[in-house]
Amino acid sequence: MTFGSVRHSRRIAAPADRVWALAGDPARLHEWFPGIVTCVVEGASRTITLASGLTLPEEILVHDDVSRRFQYRVTTEFFRYHRGTLDVVDLGDGTCLVSYAVDADPRTMALVIAGAAAAGLDALAALMETPTADEGSA
Amino acid sequence: MGRKILLITTDQQRYDTLGCNGGTISRTPVLDALATAGHRYERAHPQSVVCMPSRSTILTGQHPSTHGVWMNGVPLPVTAPSVAEVLHRAGYRTALIGKPHFEPFLDPFARFAENGFVSPDLRRAGGPGIHRGFEHFETATHGAMGPLHYARWIATEHPEAAGMFYRVIDGGLEVNAAGGGATGAPQVHDNPIPREWYHTDWVADRTIAWLGDLDADDDWFCWLSFPDPHHPWDPPVSEMSRVDWRDVPLPPGYSERAADRERILDAKPRHWRAWYDGRLVSNYEAPLAWVPASLTPDQVREVNARNAVEVELIDEAIGRVLRAVAERGWADDLDVVFTTDHGELQGDFGLLFKGPYHVDGLMRLPLIWRPAPSQGVAPSVVSRPVGLVDLAPTLCGIAGVEVPTWMEGRPLPVDDADADRRGFERVLTEWDSVLFGVDVHVRTITRDGWVCSAYLPGTSHDGTEGELYDLADDPLQQVNRWDDPACAALKGDLLADLWDHQPERSAVWGRVEAPV
Repeated sequence: MTFGSVRHSRRIAAPADRVWALAGDPARLHEWFPGIVTCVVEGASRTITLASGLTLPEEILVHDDVSRRFQYRVTTEFFRYHRGTLDVVDLGDGTCLVSYAVDADPRTMALVIAGAAAAGLDALAALMETPTADEGSA
Repeated sequence: MGRKILLITTDQQRYDTLGCNGGTISRTPVLDALATAGHRYERAHPQSVVCMPSRSTILTGQHPSTHGVWMNGVPLPVTAPSVAEVLHRAGYRTALIGKPHFEPFLDPFARFAENGFVSPDLRRAGGPGIHRGFEHFETATHGAMGPLHYARWIATEHPEAAGMFYRVIDGGLEVNAAGGGATGAPQVHDNPIPREWYHTDWVADRTIAWLGDLDADDDWFCWLSFPDPHHPWDPPVSEMSRVDWRDVPLPPGYSERAADRERILDAKPRHWRAWYDGRLVSNYEAPLAWVPASLTPDQVREVNARNAVEVELIDEAIGRVLRAVAERGWADDLDVVFTTDHGELQGDFGLLFKGPYHVDGLMRLPLIWRPAPSQGVAPSVVSRPVGLVDLAPTLCGIAGVEVPTWMEGRPLPVDDADADRRGFERVLTEWDSVLFGVDVHVRTITRDGWVCSAYLPGTSHDGTEGELYDLADDPLQQVNRWDDPACAALKGDLLADLWDHQPERSAVWGRVEAPV
């Protein structure tokens, strides 16, 4: 089997809406996902440039602000299949669960992208769990 | 001035590939001479039988459960302790030249430091500087691929050679199963590259260059890390006449009759036979599309022949480095430690490559320590069990610095009496892998001439399976005595000792961030 599915998730001590404002913005991926240098969105297309110099064209499939779900696929022919899915789930206590799932053929890319995404979730948590100026003075 | 330290590692080399260890296919006069003049270890085991965990053990002096690199694809934290850091702080000049592999190779996001050293525009903030205690890093792997110094050198100086190597990874990013050579064996390829451009000679050349830049009174520690004889088996065609594969005997661990192989495998935990039959590939290091049952005797011969050629090239490259050291006037003060990160099945049981199989093919390693001649140490053969976890403390001992408390090994014994006096009774090896819904977990102890492996619950095992071999009566580990009532008490003792001596599992249990 050459198909792989890998998911990482992380609970973040910040409100779901605030986390979604960053994680759910397809143009701001490079602010928290490691190894992405630039991120350009035009309609349903996104192009990311990796730190290695590799450029990946993507198609945005789902951008749902209500359920806080974002899904995309890399459209380069190297992938026989690809879906990347980000969910931000409100846990009802001022925190949220963020999950990043990668389904890919070749399966190796599921491991590689999800591995980077997991580090991205750590970075996202670090950004979100740092008190804002207002919160810090409260 | 203190003693100079040359740590030489190869990748995936069996114990029996050296003449001093009884090997008959490759000629290894340089290493044999070091063994004759120093300490040769007959029972040196890795703490993991794959690259990243094992290399992390060499660097840290810790078991995988402690340093946290529990399988390939888990990066060793850049902040992990390092023997090179200890030596550098003690005033040693430090370098690692060749294959590091403390971090994943497959790295399109350019997240890992090792993959950034070759290119200034890929460097992390501040540049490499002192990395893991090494002030100098020049990287290479099993071909001209990846963002490594050797690949960049080939691309710049000999671009026509870039495509000459076998592609270790196929177009689907799996370990390539494609065959070549005369027999169609997997990972075998006729490589037209001139010998002087091959990575074995390049690693030696770069080491000689680094040594040449040192001051005469510098103390130095150089980790010379050859990518070979790890597959692909694609040494320069110009060297292939050294060993005619048709003349290579089948290894003792390979049974030519399929029925014999299958009988042996069926007495082992079920993942052995499942892999052989092509029903299960538990780890990335084995080609997904290759079925071991298809391996022919001639393919085993050809793989072993090419492996032997690669071993000879390494031996000759080491000879060149030693001559360069001598020309600098350092020969009398030079300690040489030679070993590898893990072994290779290389036809044993009808299998190639590696995986969760704790048998001699993967676990019994060549290990030679030739102390500085100025020390006047008596040569010896050490039969007691030692581990790669003992290398870092040994290097500290050579340098005359205190062994840090975070190291779990001890300086290598210099003979069996020393080993007995200091309690070198056992060596531990561990395996953990979780890959696409398949997990395997094994804990192994080797002591008193027995090797005992316990399988923890996983997708292929229920926690009751194991392997138990008498290394004296069954040196090929073909008779699994795990369920032999006559061995019940012995098994109980070994298991109790195994669990009593498990390292404490690290709080930093790394995440799998790539397959390798």
